[in-house]
Amino acid sequence: MTATLPATETPAILGPAWDADAPAPDGYVKFVIDGQDVIAPKGEMVIRTCERMGIEITRFCDHPLLEPIAACRQCLVEMEMGGRKMPKPQPACAVAVADGLVVHTQRTSEVAARAQWANVEFILTNHPLDCPMCDKGGECPLQNQDLAHGPGESRFKEAKRTFVKPIAISTEILLDRDRCILCYRCTRFSEEIAGDPFIDMLGRGVRQQVGTGPEVPFQSYFSGNTIQICPVGALTSTAYRFRSRAFDLKSAPTICELCSAGCELRTDHRSGKILRRYAGENGDVNEEWNCDKGRFAFRYVTADDRLRTPLVRGANGSLAPASWTDAMTAAAAGLAKAKAAGGVGVLAGGRLTVTDAYAYGKFARVALGTNDVDFRARVHSAEELDFLARRVVGVSPKTGGVTYRGLEAAKHVLLVALEPEEECPIVFLRLRKAARRHGTQVTAVAPYASYGLHKMGGVLIPAAPGAENAAVAALAGADDPAGLRTDGAVILVGERAAEVPGLLTAVGELADETGARLAWVPRRAGERGALDAGATPTLLPGGRAVTDAAARAQVENAWGTAIPETPGRDTAGILAAAAAGELGGLLIGGVELDDLPDPAAARRAVANAGFVVSLELRPSEVTDLADVVLPVAAAPEKAGAYLDWEGRVRPFNTALKWAGGLDDARVLDTLGVEMDVDLYTQTPKSATEDLARLGAYEIPRTRTASYPPTAATPAAADGALTLASWRLLLDGSRAEDGEPHLAGTRRPASARMSPATADRLGLADGALVALSGRAGSVTLPLVVTDMVDGVVWAPGRIAGASLAAQTGARAGDGVTVAAAAPGATAAVDPDVVASEAEGRIGSVVTGMGGSK
Amino acid sequence: MADDTTAPQFNVGLDPLTPVLTRSWLSPRSWRRDSYEQLGGYGALRTAITAQPEQLVELMKSSGLRGRGGAGFPTGLKWSFLPPLGAKPRYLVVNGDESEPGTCKDIPLMMADPHLLVEGCIITSYAIRSHYCVIYIRGELIHPIRRVRSAVKEAYAAGYLGKNILGTGYDLDIVVHAGAGAYICGEETALLSSLEGFRGQPRLKPPFPAVEGLYAAPTVVNNVETIASVPSIISGGVDWYRKFGTDKSPGTKIFSLSGHVERPGQYEAPLGTTLRQLIDLAGGMKDGIPIKFWTPGGSSVPLFGDDKLDVPLDYDDVAAAGSLLGTTALQIFNQTASVPWAVARWADFYRHESCGKCAPCREGTAWMSKTLRRIITGRGTLEDIDTLEDTAHNIFGRAFCALGDGAATSVSSAIQRFRQEFVDMVTGVTPAPSTQADLIEMH
Repeated sequence: MTATLPATETPAILGPAWDADAPAPDGYVKFVIDGQDVIAPKGEMVIRTCERMGIEITRFCDHPLLEPIAACRQCLVEMEMGGRKMPKPQPACAVAVADGLVVHTQRTSEVAARAQWANVEFILTNHPLDCPMCDKGGECPLQNQDLAHGPGESRFKEAKRTFVKPIAISTEILLDRDRCILCYRCTRFSEEIAGDPFIDMLGRGVRQQVGTGPEVPFQSYFSGNTIQICPVGALTSTAYRFRSRAFDLKSAPTICELCSAGCELRTDHRSGKILRRYAGENGDVNEEWNCDKGRFAFRYVTADDRLRTPLVRGANGSLAPASWTDAMTAAAAGLAKAKAAGGVGVLAGGRLTVTDAYAYGKFARVALGTNDVDFRARVHSAEELDFLARRVVGVSPKTGGVTYRGLEAAKHVLLVALEPEEECPIVFLRLRKAARRHGTQVTAVAPYASYGLHKMGGVLIPAAPGAENAAVAALAGADDPAGLRTDGAVILVGERAAEVPGLLTAVGELADETGARLAWVPRRAGERGALDAGATPTLLPGGRAVTDAAARAQVENAWGTAIPETPGRDTAGILAAAAAGELGGLLIGGVELDDLPDPAAARRAVANAGFVVSLELRPSEVTDLADVVLPVAAAPEKAGAYLDWEGRVRPFNTALKWAGGLDDARVLDTLGVEMDVDLYTQTPKSATEDLARLGAYEIPRTRTASYPPTAATPAAADGALTLASWRLLLDGSRAEDGEPHLAGTRRPASARMSPATADRLGLADGALVALSGRAGSVTLPLVVTDMVDGVVWAPGRIAGASLAAQTGARAGDGVTVAAAAPGATAAVDPDVVASEAEGRIGSVVTGMGGSK
Repeated sequence: MADDTTAPQFNVGLDPLTPVLTRSWLSPRSWRRDSYEQLGGYGALRTAITAQPEQLVELMKSSGLRGRGGAGFPTGLKWSFLPPLGAKPRYLVVNGDESEPGTCKDIPLMMADPHLLVEGCIITSYAIRSHYCVIYIRGELIHPIRRVRSAVKEAYAAGYLGKNILGTGYDLDIVVHAGAGAYICGEETALLSSLEGFRGQPRLKPPFPAVEGLYAAPTVVNNVETIASVPSIISGGVDWYRKFGTDKSPGTKIFSLSGHVERPGQYEAPLGTTLRQLIDLAGGMKDGIPIKFWTPGGSSVPLFGDDKLDVPLDYDDVAAAGSLLGTTALQIFNQTASVPWAVARWADFYRHESCGKCAPCREGTAWMSKTLRRIITGRGTLEDIDTLEDTAHNIFGRAFCALGDGAATSVSSAIQRFRQEFVDMVTGVTPAPSTQADLIEMH
């Protein structure tokens, strides 16, 4: 008898046409499950093969992405090998398939069925059965498997083990030890996947419990995954605890909008409010994991200050609510006037869907007649645009671009200007998996070996800001120090490379020289899509250069309008022109002025712009200065698609269907109508069709200009240090608003420098120091650590404001560091204070264990 | 190896006691190197180190020595399972985590004759081409730890350890590691985890320690008594060694007699000796009260009643009679002892020592212990007996390691062979042996 099974990515189970007497193909084994001949790939665990055959075997500790442990003993089946029955039933999760193996699951073995039944009874003996008040009730693997395969009634009459409950193992994660069935999933995840083994088993026997070390919380960017894989309700989040029943939630698959990783998510909502977000499954992208930012930072969507109605600045100088009709009329009239008075610059922001970004780019060209459009709300350069045009735009998994799976398969990966754990956490997880499972060697060019690099077992090539060019160029040597000449080697370069003149050119040349594959990893979810959709001053959609007449003509024909043949201004150029009064107005999407390289100058520019239209979710510095504010939909309230860093299309539908927000493309389409142009971007579908009408285009990968590297920035003055900086994953960005429990898991802000540098300055580890730039200073505790000399590192955002805003300095600039004035206190993060006010880590949480 | 005059000679079959491992226990200051050497100590090492390691492995195979830790696996065979020498070092780990209830053979051996163990370690390490050996001793055994440590120190001073041992070019270091007092660390993979600094919990097999043991390198794990048997096999030779015991269970064995006998203690005799003979050696049953039940190999093996006194105590005959030789810890209970009470105490032990890794053992030992406590305090029911028996059945063969099997075995064999005692207790025919107050503070 042969088994017919659903197709999988490998020919794991052969269909009826298979000749039962033929041997298994190379790399596969042939064995028997419940009387059926099956073929499975070598190394697969029996439980996986059973799954694919549709045989459900109960389990608690087993997880396909974790190493087998066989601790719960729930998946016991009978096995025979070489005609001899094994004396004891074996765990299907921990026995690999083998030629000649004969498996009898609970369907054909009384022993297996009895063992599974009895094991549920064991697991339930000390489980409190508080399902009616447990978050997991209704979606609980223990509940489900007991009802399906267990005894239902217990013979256990003794007093159950009890624990004081719950304990906060971090501000976000609560642990009810009495519910825990000690399956080791959370501890294995923390050790194997995240590399943050801050939870472990304590004690032994029936008093064994999960716990943290004294005063060491479960501070991990990935801690929320443990809640999701907990097979009971032992781990809950402060954010969700006691807020809903699983069966009252509506679920919508979505794509995470908070970075360029492109994670599959499941948004669970009720009555128009998101209650929680879970990681979705996608083996090509995030497997089954996501980061805590993606999981917990959703309260901004329903924040009290969400803009729900357009605002128009009245004669009295203040913004007042207005009808859409009035607001559109005012915006169209103002933009038309500004267009005539020097033109309008468009700052699209990096958080847009592909169709929204397309609408900004098209609106600039069609309605405003300009190429002055840029999505980059961060440090940027002309060199970067050239790099993106030559090497990034249009690249996707379909064109052979670097993918997550490619990272896993690579023997060597080089990171330049990129800290994956902070800037694209799922890339970090995949690289860590590659390093752990396949021995991938990760090398990073950075000023110090970050915690993330340590967890990947990576090698540091130390380089001060500005010195990266030389470090990168040295890697092209024939001795191949970073292994880039090996087959499948990958270079990942982050958006911060634009901070260093010549670095992107050097990275490109390194790839050309060594044959390594190259990918660009921006931080924000919308950047790759905006690049490909043409929200840039040099590129039209599909990588068509503005300066390429034929390419431009293609777009002009489709759009029915003439497009200026010279490249437009980039973000810095637009802001400078606005400040100088050269531009008549600005159209600004989701841009935080604090994120820009020079926030103070940006503030002056927006204030000085004649007429400003802002499309926003919530009040911001831009809306404060705008003449017309048009509210737009947040990501969960709209449909669309992101391009993740791979260039993979990550489409999603509306999760909160009745929120009523309009996406940017729809608002711009209507605004276009007011200005007598048609964008055809009323819906994501129509916008996608409009984009498709541009037809096929082969992107020429030619260099347009030369960008010679500049020498390392010398320290500006006596005692000055070069500033190194990047954003941390959790740093109080506006997406994290309203979630103080998440804030409590932030890594504390500190300044870092080498022992020699600290000695020179007479500073000691742990001292409070003042880091000063031309615009001011910020007080931080000092961490003396192994890193390049003459450099000080500080996070890009501290206590609610960007480092650039507080000091006027950005990475590569000279700054001074000195002991803080007596009595000074470290910059205080108000969100973290709020989270700490809710209870000490490790202490028992009383009451409902949450707030609000 | 040729027969050596230092090998103790006995009239095998006539002399009931055959002190091979225990022969120097009564000597003055037997734990010192000079005393040990006066009795021919380290002579076996001098012989062995002139041989090829492979010859020693073959010799051990021919001797038929079986592991003394309880499972009785052939020692030479275990040594030969190591994969070919590769880039990774090989390790010898000696299991001195003796904790099985009733078992008390390694402790006095390490106290009285630590150099015998050290010499065995050196010969074994040489035989398996290891240059690093760890003796893992249960943490509570402070005095044996000190004795073995000072023996190792003396051996270094005498050139038996360290670089270029006895001028042969062979190097070996021995580390004496004190455990933290967990029965589970007697399980070889839990012992290795504990040595590596992790929680003492058993690991999945495969990979077996021979392939990936300590620090994922090929490792042989042997019991203290096994390793201590090595020098005398080298000195006496295979033929001499095989004079003791049976064909499939050759050699001598330290039998630990405890309980209701006149002179409890360690009695070294050939394998195959019967309990009746051993009780005679121990001066008979205490106060002449007849035996009711006993364990042939510690608390983790099925109980025997008074009908098994003539079973030869070797691996195969005990198994054929329905139990296991285990650690030859003979706990002897006379007619005054209550089976449920004894089983309840063992159940408390297993509940306390279950490591917590797997559900059947963790939950099952606690469950059985709680139920047995109710029974021995007069609060049991007939249904409890069935539940207990079923619980034990559900643990046996389902737990991660053998600890659960041991916990289940004492309960199931007791109910199977002495069910009426349980019935009488729950129905009030016999008074409850304990009150609840007795159990307070009983850990």
